[in-house]
Amino acid sequence: MSDELVDHKKRRILSIAATVVGGIGVAYVATPFVLSMDPSAKAQAAGAPVDVDVSKLQTGQLLTVEWRGKPIWILRRNQEMLDRMKEISSQLRDPNSDELSQQPHYAKNEYRSIKPDIMVMEGICTHLGCAPTYRPELAAADLGAEWKGGFFCPCHGSRYDLSGRVYAGVPAPSNLKVPPYRFVTDTRIMIGVDPERA
Amino acid sequence: MREWFYLGKEWIESRFPAREFWEDHLVKYYAPKYLNFWYFFGSLAMLVFAIQVITGIFLTMNYKPTAGTAFASVEYIMRDVNWGWLIRYMHSTGASFFFIVIYLHMFRAFLYGSYQKPRELLWLFGVLLFVLLMAEAFMGYLLPWGQMSFWGAQVIISLFGAIPVIGSDLALWIRGDYVVADATLNRFFAFHVIAFPLLLIGLVVFHLIALHRVGSNNPDGIEIKEKKNEQGIPLDGIPFHPYFTLKDMLGAIVFLMIFSAVVFYYPEMGGWFLEKDNFIPADPLKTPEHITPLWYFTPFYAILRAVPDKFLGVMLMGAAIAVLFVVPWLDRSPVRSIRYRGPIYKIALAVFVICFVGLGYLGTVAATPAATIFSRIGTFIYFAFFLLMPIYTRLDKSKPLPDRVTK
Amino acid sequence: MKTYLLIMAMLLVSSAVGAIENYRLDKASIDPADTESLRRGATLFVNYCFNCHSAALMRYNRIGKDLGYDEAQLESLFIFTGAKVGDLMEIAMPPDEAKRWFGVVPPDLSVVSRSRGVDWIYTYLRSFYKDDSRPWGVNNAVFKDVAMPHVLWELQGLQAAQFNVLIDEEGVERRVITELELVEPGKLSNEQFDAAVRDLVNYLHYMGEPAKKIRLQLGKWVLLYLALFFAVVWLLKKEYWKDVH
Repeated sequence: MSDELVDHKKRRILSIAATVVGGIGVAYVATPFVLSMDPSAKAQAAGAPVDVDVSKLQTGQLLTVEWRGKPIWILRRNQEMLDRMKEISSQLRDPNSDELSQQPHYAKNEYRSIKPDIMVMEGICTHLGCAPTYRPELAAADLGAEWKGGFFCPCHGSRYDLSGRVYAGVPAPSNLKVPPYRFVTDTRIMIGVDPERA
Repeated sequence: MREWFYLGKEWIESRFPAREFWEDHLVKYYAPKYLNFWYFFGSLAMLVFAIQVITGIFLTMNYKPTAGTAFASVEYIMRDVNWGWLIRYMHSTGASFFFIVIYLHMFRAFLYGSYQKPRELLWLFGVLLFVLLMAEAFMGYLLPWGQMSFWGAQVIISLFGAIPVIGSDLALWIRGDYVVADATLNRFFAFHVIAFPLLLIGLVVFHLIALHRVGSNNPDGIEIKEKKNEQGIPLDGIPFHPYFTLKDMLGAIVFLMIFSAVVFYYPEMGGWFLEKDNFIPADPLKTPEHITPLWYFTPFYAILRAVPDKFLGVMLMGAAIAVLFVVPWLDRSPVRSIRYRGPIYKIALAVFVICFVGLGYLGTVAATPAATIFSRIGTFIYFAFFLLMPIYTRLDKSKPLPDRVTK
Repeated sequence: MKTYLLIMAMLLVSSAVGAIENYRLDKASIDPADTESLRRGATLFVNYCFNCHSAALMRYNRIGKDLGYDEAQLESLFIFTGAKVGDLMEIAMPPDEAKRWFGVVPPDLSVVSRSRGVDWIYTYLRSFYKDDSRPWGVNNAVFKDVAMPHVLWELQGLQAAQFNVLIDEEGVERRVITELELVEPGKLSNEQFDAAVRDLVNYLHYMGEPAKKIRLQLGKWVLLYLALFFAVVWLLKKEYWKDVH
């Protein structure tokens, strides 16, 4: 084992080559294991788009459906409610829905919805994931005289308006999320898929 | 930058003996230089064990251990879980390969007398590992909850019923029900995924510690520690790392090629690795026409069936495994390796191997009168090989041992 | 020794006799790569088998994905129950009623190709014959006294069995089927019917292991990679082992 005869350079190159090839192999082997933890076909089937009939939904009524295990709220608003929302824009953190991850682009508008009267959003507080309560009454005793109707999270007091827009100065950082949805007919909504031409 | 690296290294080293461990067990652990083919199977056993543990963890994420859901959950893994089929086939193929590797590893010990003094304890840990592995495999095989899973477990657990006085209560206790049932499946799951793997890992560590105390044997069966240079390094020893890490890696790659060929092309292995009847959900009211244990148990199963008496059969099967524990004290040969043993041992080992494989075959076929007769002959030879060992190894004429290891 | 030989000889003879008793199986000769055949087989499956047999480990949309149907096609061609495309292929028939009608619950067919083997199913489906002593008027040469009616009767027509009478060691008479003969033609010719059954078996084989295709495709790449890795490590090992004399 005399050191002089050892070709150190060759050993180094071959060691690097073996490490690289072996490393690629390990990465390839690891991939199926990592991917196996993604939603299975069963979970995907359970998370398939949900068909909701809104023809019987009254003005001011909140309908909750489940999509991918999350509560999805569907709320019918009238012009008067929408007008009220306009008034409070200055008290909101993100009145124009500039935070793009919180709604699909087709819901980035004044009403945060495809049709102004039908609001669709995820009923999960953007603060820590609690379920806010629907408080449609104006000037509710516990919410103050200024309250124009909206959603109130009992966990940490976050407030949202009837479009799910968050008030400034509450713990929640952003507006309630709007899921992808489309109108299959005028009165049927499919939650979980974008509109056909989107 | 470099300075920080060394500071960090020193900080760890003064608190954790990683470097010492690395040196003691790899860089300054000297293994005999001419180790042949048969010396791959120790490291390969560790590789299969690792494959089984990792794939097992991922299977556990989706498997459901209840009688109502187990069968469907395995097919759920095969279909609905991303890449689940690959993970499952790796695990099912790994089980069979584990036994192939272990049987060859044990055969090596008989070839080169690796169980002889001073490696008796190393051998004992090894046999214990083998017994635990059989239990681990047996319980794992119940989990798919197919017909073979169910009836195989039913038959094997009833064997405990053969024990006088406590037998039937014992079998009942193991099952936790009057037949193999949900409770049995659930407890086997617990044993299979946590209890036995923990024991196996602990015992593998013991096995390795014992190995590193006495050092590897070699095909010549001579002690390399007896001839050392001025620095106290065995003249015929080379550092385990990098020489044997690289060599074992080559062995591992060849092994993985064979393993992958089976996983991707023959996962059922013609019904030997995955049995046809196990694609029928367990039905406690309908026995399959022909129950066979998995191939790796069949030699012992043949011994069990060779005996007309249930209790004696169970005892003999137990003895066939138990006798392995005393091999180091049965072998009275002055030499270890078959290279320097006389003809008697060579013939005895050859006959033993043929008879072991033959018993394995007989354990898979129906118990016809002829099969029973051959099983009895096989059983006789099996025990004769061990029990007559003190006599024939002493009579055998051994050749003189070389001074140094040979190629 | 003589007695052993005698016993061996007797066993050989008896096993030869036993072989006649099992109706020989025809080779299914399926082509799992033939998507058209799989599609035809899938259609046969849902129309003829799926009323009584579930395939509850399989999802409709897996068929869609592997055989190239979109959701609308799946709904019109395969789903008759109002199930969703992501659902498992379950049937509406309650097991206890099925048991009353057939005497047994028709088994789930998801993995039947793996427990029975394709040749067995191929032969079985083509081996129904007229037997008025049975509740459905038919018996089967492969599966004696099977509880299943001859569902493909319309397509195949009806066969009659010819028997050979054997007398076994104990002197008991045994009728062994030698041949099945078509006595009442169906909609399809013999060849067409065999081809249709082959399609159906091909589909059952696919359904037994939907991942088989990708498994076989992937195998060669894994082996190729390992061969490359072997070459590199072999060079490295050779280089280091130059030290060892």
